[in-house]
Parts: sequence; structure tokens; C-alpha cells
Amino acid sequence: MDLKDLYRDVIVDHNRNPRNFRPMPEASAQAEGFNPLCGDRLTLFVRLDGERIGDVSFQGSGCAISVASASLLTESVKGRTVAEAEQLFTRMHELLTRQDADADPAELGKLAALSGVREFPARVKCASLCWHTLDAALHREPAAVSTE
Amino acid sequence: MSAARPVPGPAPAVVTGGPLDVAAIRGDFPVLARTVHGRPLCYLDNAASSQHPRSVIDAVSRYYETSHANVHRGVHTLSQEATDLFEGAREKLRGFVNARSTKEIVFVRGTTEAINLVAQSYARPRLKPGDEILVSWLEHHANIVPWQMLCEQTGAVLRAIPITRSGEVDFEAFLALIGERTRLLALSHVSNALGTVVPVERYIREARRRSIPVLLDGAQAAPHLPVDVQALDCDFYCFSGHKMCGPTGIGVLWGRESLLGAMPPWQGGGDMILAVSFERTVYNELPYKFEAGTPHIAGAIGLGAAVDYLEALGLERIAATEHDLLDYATKRLAEVPGLTIIGTAPEKAAVVSFTIEGVHPHDLGTILDHEGVAIRTGHHCAMPVMEFFGVPATARASFAFYNTRAEVDRLVDALDVAREMLS
Repeated sequence: MDLKDLYRDVIVDHNRNPRNFRPMPEASAQAEGFNPLCGDRLTLFVRLDGERIGDVSFQGSGCAISVASASLLTESVKGRTVAEAEQLFTRMHELLTRQDADADPAELGKLAALSGVREFPARVKCASLCWHTLDAALHREPAAVSTE
Repeated sequence: MSAARPVPGPAPAVVTGGPLDVAAIRGDFPVLARTVHGRPLCYLDNAASSQHPRSVIDAVSRYYETSHANVHRGVHTLSQEATDLFEGAREKLRGFVNARSTKEIVFVRGTTEAINLVAQSYARPRLKPGDEILVSWLEHHANIVPWQMLCEQTGAVLRAIPITRSGEVDFEAFLALIGERTRLLALSHVSNALGTVVPVERYIREARRRSIPVLLDGAQAAPHLPVDVQALDCDFYCFSGHKMCGPTGIGVLWGRESLLGAMPPWQGGGDMILAVSFERTVYNELPYKFEAGTPHIAGAIGLGAAVDYLEALGLERIAATEHDLLDYATKRLAEVPGLTIIGTAPEKAAVVSFTIEGVHPHDLGTILDHEGVAIRTGHHCAMPVMEFFGVPATARASFAFYNTRAEVDRLVDALDVAREMLS
């Protein structure tokens, strides 16, 4: 278990310079995610063009893992259909929680960089918070998502 | 009849007078010999829970190996030995806080349970809608939530005394808040999140003048400074075993005998009764009235051993050692670029809460752990304190008398690793 498996360059970069880190006044859906244990809090905005995610962005504050994960999420789901994004959510859940899950870069792209998180069980919630929040936004669940 | 004759454990590493021999003391704590991620454990999370000297571990094992039975029940030898050990521990705790009588020492699960007991048994029958409970912004959730629940039950109102930017309770604001509706003052003796030592004496004096009872949350104070409930002149004092080298799941509610005596039992069951029929139950005398069910016997015995250990070292000398660590840590941490210490009261226990620009506390916790350094990160069960300082979380290093200046240096080095990695 090496720390560099957790804080890979891609993650450090996305934490320092989060992509799509902005509010979205024209969002067709948004949701709040909150991790009460460490105080991570983020808002995810989605603009749907029919079945497709036309734009996605986030705001908030959190640890490097949660910020980088949200940043990577926005890059990965933009342009995908809602069904494709949900499939990716399922794959990410497996990647973060199952030791035998395959981190195929061809399928996951930069998201594969998060595979090291599963070696740090205390940090899995940091990486998955944004995905649960996206899920809530896509299904327009009114209440805030909490990891607890 | 034979009384338990506990076999004395190995003598703790004590010399009388002078500073503590920390190197020898470290030998008393088996866990300090272990490594974490290949490095010697540097345990700086003592405000969350402290570690155990061999004498405490041995007292618990010896009890299980030789003398376990239920207390206050049987006439057989083991039951009497267990009872003697359990009640012997109560006497040690009485001495530890200088209570007048063991009737005032109620064993509970910890500070949280002690506060809930006072809220439900003492305060609830007395409160009317519009009455006020006064706490401070420094409180741990354990000294907030039981009062909020009580307010929901009774229509009473919870008021919080503001704190200052240095993390001290604002005495002038307190004087403005305490008044005719105030029915109880519940204050931290030492803040867990910031380390502030609250000058409780002056608050107690003001409350006394108005005949308002005072509860002190002593969870952080009991391991770090001598506590004398008679000199403090408070009404209830609550503390936990596991923050003072004792086991988890055991703690003490000290209360004035006159108040405890007038309070109804909190929980019903075995051990808290003298006679039961379906028409009527006669409750047991103090403190057993508040100890329904089989207690945490081993926990109490372990806590008694922890008191022996701390008293052999001397609470004054413990405080001096920890104060030296606090001064050194404050100085070293101030040198770290981008680091802000949260909580700068002139009187502090050995707790340093801080943030580092560009590095989230949660990441610090993980990276420091890989360097073998254990600290707490998060809101420290004191979310109002975090809200006041406008931070979602802090990193907190908290020292015990078995820590060293070299460990402070390791903390600072590990912070450099984290800054290099993330900022």
C-alpha cells in the first residue's frame, strides 16, 4: 500500500485544478452531496439535452480525493447518455469497493486513476460521494445526499 | 469471608519529584512499541482516546483470570472478590476527584451517559416551558444534544454562550445570558476541539450566586489537570475512563449527594432496588440507585488501576510535561508555511487544532498515518466550533505525558511530506 497509489498525479492535478468547477445557472438538475464525517460538501449541476448530458459542473469543498473524483466525473460523463452515466456509476462503485474489479483504462479512461482508493477503506466515501450525488441529480431526488 | 487480595502489578516507572522520566514511562505502554506502515507509532490522538499502561491491562486480565463473578449478589468467594475490587475502584475514583463520599461516585458508560443521566433524571422533572439551559459554543456534541433532546421534551430553551476568536468562552456574554430563566449551566472544563482550559471557577461563582446548578464536562480535563470537585464547588462532574488511560465503556458521574439523593432513578432493573413487588419497588441507596443492571466490572477495575498509575506519576507533573509538549508543538507548528492554529487561548491543554492551506485535513490524516503519525481529523464532534471558525474540519494533534518532543518533530516532518505531495 503506497500513498502514491492513492495520490496519483492525475488526482493531485485534478485537486489543484478542478475541471468544470463552476455554478450552472441554466442547469436542468442539481443535487447536494455531504459527508458529515469530514465535512465534504459539493453541489453537482447537470444540463440535459434530451437523453444526453450536455453539460455538467460542480462546486463545493472537500479533500483531494473528493474534489478530484468530482472533477474526473464531470469530464467522464459530459456528452454521455443518462443510461451510459448510470452504467459508469455502477462500474465506479465496483472499482472503489471490490478488490478484484478490473481498472480497464480503455473503458474508464482517467477514472481508472481512482482504483488506488479501494486500498484505503476510510477514503472510499470521499471518492463515491460525487457519483451518488450525480445519481440523485439525474433522478431529481429532492433531499441532499449524505454518506452517513 | 475473604476479601480479594489483588496481586500487585509491576510498579510503574515512577521516581518521586522532578520531571517525569518519559523514556521509562513509554516502557509501561505496550502499544508504543508497535510500528505503523513500517514506522514507530507516533500516537497523537490522545484527546480522542488515550493508550493503556501495562498495569491497567494486567488489572483487567487478572480480574478476568481469577476473580470474575457478578457483584453485589452472591455469598460465594468470587462474587465477594469481584465486589471488593469493584467497590475498591469506586473508592479510588472518589479520591481522584476528592469527593466527600463514594455515594457520590456513579459508574456510567462515559461522559455522554453521565450528561444524559443528569439531563433526564435531574433536569427533566424540574423544567418548564421557557426555562433555559446554558451551554457554550465550545461544547462537544455530548454536552449539546442531550440538552436539545431535553428541550424538546420540556419546552425549555437551549442558550449558547459565544466564544472569542482565540477560542475562549466570552465571560461578558455569559453575564448577559445567565438570568432568571436559567435553570442549569453545563460547561466544558477543557475543550476537546481546541484545548482551551475554561476558567470554570468564575462561571461557577456567578451561577452559585444565583442558585443555578452547574454541570462540568470533564472528559478532557480529568486526564490533564488535578480535579477537586469540592474546591470547584460545582454540582455535577462527568468524565470518561478511556481518555485517562482506562478502558472504554466506563466513566463517572460525580454529583452532590443532596442532589443525587433527590433524583429519581434513570434506568430500572437489577441492582438498583432494595425490594420489588408488583405493587411497589423500593429503590436502592446511592450510588446503586443509578446503576441498574450488571455494571462494567472489569472497566471499573481497569479505571481504578489507571487512577493508581496517574496518581503515582502525579497529576501536577503530568500537566507540566504536557504543557512543555504544547509549547514546543505550538512553536514548531507555527513555522510550517500555510499552517493556522485554531484556538489560541492563553490556558490550553495539550491540544493543537490546525489547518494547512491547500491541504484538506482528511488528506493530512491519511498521509500522516503513512508516516506512522496518528492524529484526528474532522469536526471533533464539535460542529458549532467549526462553524464559528468557518472551517469544515481541522487536523488535531493531542499529546499525552508519554509523548516526546521528538514526536512533535515527526509530526512537523510528516506535514512537510503532505504539503509536498498535495500543495
